Amino acid sequence: MKIHEYQAKELLAQAGAPVPRGIVVTTPTEAVAAFDKLGGHPVVLKAQIHAGGRGKGRFKESGKEWGGVKYLTRREDVAAVAEVFFKYPLVTKQTGEEGQKVSTVLVQEAADIAREIYVGMVMDRGVGAPVLMACSEGGVEIEEVAARSPELILKAVVDPGLGLQPCQVRRLVYDLGFSADQIPQAETIFQALAKVFMEKDCSLAEINPLVVTPKGEVLVLDAKINFDDNGLFRHPEIEAMRDLTEEDPFEVRAGKANLNFIRLTGNIGCLVNGAGLAMSTMDIIKYHGGEPANFLDVGGGVTPQGAIEAFRIILADPKVKSILVNIFGGIAKCDLIAEALVQAGREVGFKVPVVVRLEGTNVEKAREILSSVRGELPMIQTASGLTEAAQKVVAAAK
Amino acid sequence: MSILVDKNTRVICQGMGKAGTFHAKQCRDYGTQVVGGVKPGKGGTEQDGFPLFNTVAEAVRKTGANASMIFVPPAGAADAIMEAAEAGIGVIIAITEGIPVLDMARVMRFVKDRPCRLIGPNCPGVITPGQCKIGIMPGYIHKPGPVGVVSRSGTLTYEAVWQLTSLGLGQSTCVGIGGDPIAGSSFIDILNLFQQDPQTEAILMMGEIGGTAEEQAAAFIKAKVTKPVAAFIAGQTAPPGRRMGHAGAIISGGSGTAADKIAALRAAGLLVAESPADLGTTLQKAMKR
Repeated sequence: MKIHEYQAKELLAQAGAPVPRGIVVTTPTEAVAAFDKLGGHPVVLKAQIHAGGRGKGRFKESGKEWGGVKYLTRREDVAAVAEVFFKYPLVTKQTGEEGQKVSTVLVQEAADIAREIYVGMVMDRGVGAPVLMACSEGGVEIEEVAARSPELILKAVVDPGLGLQPCQVRRLVYDLGFSADQIPQAETIFQALAKVFMEKDCSLAEINPLVVTPKGEVLVLDAKINFDDNGLFRHPEIEAMRDLTEEDPFEVRAGKANLNFIRLTGNIGCLVNGAGLAMSTMDIIKYHGGEPANFLDVGGGVTPQGAIEAFRIILADPKVKSILVNIFGGIAKCDLIAEALVQAGREVGFKVPVVVRLEGTNVEKAREILSSVRGELPMIQTASGLTEAAQKVVAAAK
Repeated sequence: MSILVDKNTRVICQGMGKAGTFHAKQCRDYGTQVVGGVKPGKGGTEQDGFPLFNTVAEAVRKTGANASMIFVPPAGAADAIMEAAEAGIGVIIAITEGIPVLDMARVMRFVKDRPCRLIGPNCPGVITPGQCKIGIMPGYIHKPGPVGVVSRSGTLTYEAVWQLTSLGLGQSTCVGIGGDPIAGSSFIDILNLFQQDPQTEAILMMGEIGGTAEEQAAAFIKAKVTKPVAAFIAGQTAPPGRRMGHAGAIISGGSGTAADKIAALRAAGLLVAESPADLGTTLQKAMKR
């Protein structure tokens, strides 16, 4: 799960990290009030969307040559700029062409910057533990630095039982070249980052950039935090930060029905049990010249209710020209799955060809069920093998 | 021979809820020696013919159990794994899906110093056909034979086993290592066991996007595995940045792509199936080379 920048900063501030003063607003009028409340000093308006690349993005069809991070010094400019923020979708390299509507803006006191640093913590799968990373080149994408000059990235493996140790922080802050008066401040921020990561089950927590002002203050200028979905059950306060307007409505709906659904750009819908088989089904569609419209794992047990909702979600996408149902019946028996398909066909009404490939437990019974409804549900086609199924569904989509 | 489990394996089930009990019965019906279940507070009673114990330690003392199958829900699953390790269980198979990754990081530190092998979590389990099934896979699709199977997936593994069995190729042992970012056993751990197992003549390995376990396996195979290995990588069409069902199946920061993994496996001399319909035939080709 992702949260907004302002929420990430709130969590870091609660853990003791200094963040610039800022006010979250939802209208241009509130933006002007926030400017006044911050003392009339220069501010930065920051679009709160989950996608990255906001500063380099553009507001679609706004005609403006600036993006979702805007520095403002004059009160009279605030309302007009905020208007653009709220009116046009923000297109960044991560949003896709349609962009993302901005419903929240952070009005933040602008900070003078003498130095920018990157600090982040991730769960390192290879090491099997969280790793704290820091780099004296802040404000840029860490993946780029990692590819170009990996030696610039300093790392400390954090023991998942003991947490980040003071000696590890000390080594990093000295190696990063903080001055004596900045070191205690930087140490506090590093510890706050690790505390949030460990206590809130994060999968990624980044401060980028961490800045040093000309006066020698160390501040969290921008922050990004993602959470391990598996850990959310023990953090209702984090779950409450979820912004559903940032997510695909059909993915949200599928989640409520315990379906694992991801929308893609092709025209062949997929309904599969198991994540690995679902990915492989997308792959075989592509291998035979088609493009999958979605990833959908209906889970171990396929219930009629689950199948019906799954078909509704797939068919709600007008791009979908055919559907491939690929089920390997193990504990979930094929005949029960076939009955679920028939029931789904009756309730939803198949408007496009549905190619069904079933294998495994009770497959003969399942084939009998499907052939008995051939007259009633003519859109259902059966296929005996995976290759035949893929070829049929690709042909049907053309 | 086989790896990890055989007809002498004595299994207990931790998490005797609805799913745990159902699958314990399925395993028993397959012929597995399921010697009991662990349910704190219910020790001394019975459930569906399984004697229940309050703790794993008690179960080990009274039954001589040496393997555990874990269905405990996510909030208590890490503790259940550690309880099994503490009690001296040799093979711990965690079926539970949804364990927080930080819990798994802690579990790995705990089990590291104890003489046990953890398989999973978020996996279908382990089966040595005709001898012992510990997990949720449909037993009847398997048959005894020379192919070792190792995979991060569940139903894709059943698909592969089905293809192998249909081609007349039986399996020595099939191991689902699970779809989570941190797993108790890696491909390398299982490949190493297969390499040492005399019954295993060839290995089918199924990976997926996310992480670099397949790349590491490729290097290991090149250096240490003399038996033929065929592979498949799921998720060639998966978009970056999205979690594809499994918690560990995500391309992040440009790493973990199917293309990278396939390239690494091919560079190590493996045959990699282009289509998931060719899992069995690719293994067959690898054996004939």
